[in-house]
Amino acid sequence: MELIGLLSDGFLVAFEPLNLGLIVLGVVVGLFVGAMPGLGSVNGVAILLPMTFLVPPASAIMFLAALYYGAMYGGAISSITLGIPGASTAVATTFDGRPLAMQGEADKALIAAALASFAGGTISIVLFTLFAPPLASVALDFGDPEIFALMILAFATFVGLSGDDIAKTVFSICIGMVMSAIGFDIISGEPRLVLFDLIGFQSKINFLVLAIGIYGIGEMMWTIEVSRGETMMSKVTVSVERVMGNLKIIWGTWKAWFMGSVLGFFVGILPAAGATPGSLMAYGVAKMTSREPQMFGKGAVEGVVAPEAANNAASTGSMLPMLTLGIPGSPTTAVLLGGMVIWGLQPGPRLFVTETDFVWGLIASLYAANLFAVIINIAFIPLFLWFLRTPFTILAPLIFVLSMVGGFASTERMFDVWLMLILGVGGYLMRKLDYPVAPAVLAIVLGPIAEPALRQSLLISSGDVMVFFNRPISGPIMIIALILLFMPAFQVVWRRIRGKKPMAG
Amino acid sequence: MRRAEIITALLMAGLSIYLMVKSAELPIGWIPGEGPGGGFWPFWLAAFMLGSIIWVIVNWFRRKSPPSQSEEPYLDAYGMKMFLLVGGGITGMIALVDIIGMHLAAAVFLIYYIRFLGGHSWKVTLGVALPTPVVTFLFFDIALRKFLPTGFMDPLYIPLYDFFL
Repeated sequence: MELIGLLSDGFLVAFEPLNLGLIVLGVVVGLFVGAMPGLGSVNGVAILLPMTFLVPPASAIMFLAALYYGAMYGGAISSITLGIPGASTAVATTFDGRPLAMQGEADKALIAAALASFAGGTISIVLFTLFAPPLASVALDFGDPEIFALMILAFATFVGLSGDDIAKTVFSICIGMVMSAIGFDIISGEPRLVLFDLIGFQSKINFLVLAIGIYGIGEMMWTIEVSRGETMMSKVTVSVERVMGNLKIIWGTWKAWFMGSVLGFFVGILPAAGATPGSLMAYGVAKMTSREPQMFGKGAVEGVVAPEAANNAASTGSMLPMLTLGIPGSPTTAVLLGGMVIWGLQPGPRLFVTETDFVWGLIASLYAANLFAVIINIAFIPLFLWFLRTPFTILAPLIFVLSMVGGFASTERMFDVWLMLILGVGGYLMRKLDYPVAPAVLAIVLGPIAEPALRQSLLISSGDVMVFFNRPISGPIMIIALILLFMPAFQVVWRRIRGKKPMAG
Repeated sequence: MRRAEIITALLMAGLSIYLMVKSAELPIGWIPGEGPGGGFWPFWLAAFMLGSIIWVIVNWFRRKSPPSQSEEPYLDAYGMKMFLLVGGGITGMIALVDIIGMHLAAAVFLIYYIRFLGGHSWKVTLGVALPTPVVTFLFFDIALRKFLPTGFMDPLYIPLYDFFL
């Protein structure tokens, strides 16, 4: 009952005219950002975050969360009509969405994607509403050792689950953390890591400098290099009769989108997993449990609804640890978390106690964003298709300009604009060699939380690292983290044992 | 790709060592009553960086990672051309900020990119390049009161500030 009361209060906040307007605007911008190949929610949130300084913090985060949602819907539009995923989260949507479009049924695929996204969003927000308060109340008892153990767990998921080169993942995490340590020691206040004795390094590197550098400049350069070929856009015919006919077919696939939603939500909670693997897993499960698995890859509606439900559910899932534990579940929520710190909101379980209006307003705004996203998405399909024809040679320079201006506006130092360029170009060059960039962005946000937690914990225990293992909550978290860290090694050993068996037999 | 992998790894190893040395300017050990010193955290992180880079180098020798097996060029002719034209263009834009200010530098960059790299008509080019600085000025300088650098064009902006603010 209390939950319903809090949620209704949240709706009152979300439906304030400014907030509602921003939610609709966020959804629209998100749909465009998601639909544009090469741009995903994280690019949109990173580049547009400095623009939100105009409005109060709560409204700003509602706008960005709505953008995040819209981008999850938008990704499907280009996956289906162009055959290129609008964002990595919509990769699985191309498998069956593109064949449907080639068969002249692009409208069926687009509407299926939109409705599945709506289902995924709705189911996951209900799960979020149920899970968030108890998780936050447990987390209220967390001390420094628990917080540090959670950080280790967050990074361990990258090592154990991301599938990237492990050595390079560890490097990426550590360099992000070191960057967050530049400027001064947070405990003693002494200058620290003033690199090359440059005055610019006497203060902290703002996380936005790295986030905009990587996602604004680096990723655009990557897209320019990768997307050399011309693309073919499929024709889409939309009419009310066709929409009604398609609704029945989509309703028949409820098993696929329901499973996708639940799976996506839980996979989304893990920092290294998120929407992309969530949607791929949902596709796999839908295929396994389908009555017609042979249709997958040839234009099965189930193959569109499962990943689309999953990627939206994952985006909600990734907000669960961000709001309740102060640990982002995805790069986009890492940027949101960094934004919250700039706006003076201390992320973590205390938010549920000290900023009740904000938290419940945000949760209610997710319900609203989800509803607006499905309506706007279906109503304006022709507009998005027109926008997709914008040449990248116009969009890319505009993004570079926005990155420069936004990077300057967030700190008002030209030094940071140069640093952003260096980090962006450096990130692009490293990414070409398979160094993952997302862990570094998460690390620069989490570094300032992890360091004091570690140092305080060690101080309490007089330097005994067992403090992380012999407490009832941090102990199991650390053990799970260690299992994840060593999982790749276990896999190697397992493969060797299995590989040797046939020879022995 | 194989050569780029080892060069990058060696550069990153150098960076890691530099960061370790730099971190050690503050105490990296235990200070009685205070716990770990200020350099402790970055020092060990940089040490982990170095460790992971050594692992990358070992993988390079053993040809274990995809880039260490690849004989393809790191940047082919198209990639190199794009890298120089786009990266150079952005560098030029940022360098121009100190001279002609951020708004005008953005306009110059947009003309360079849309007209010369993109090959669009002058109508399209100016249709994007001219309104953009006006919008950024109204949004940042006026609405947000975050004054973007104006370089030597400062006198031009004074009447605008007088009018709007």
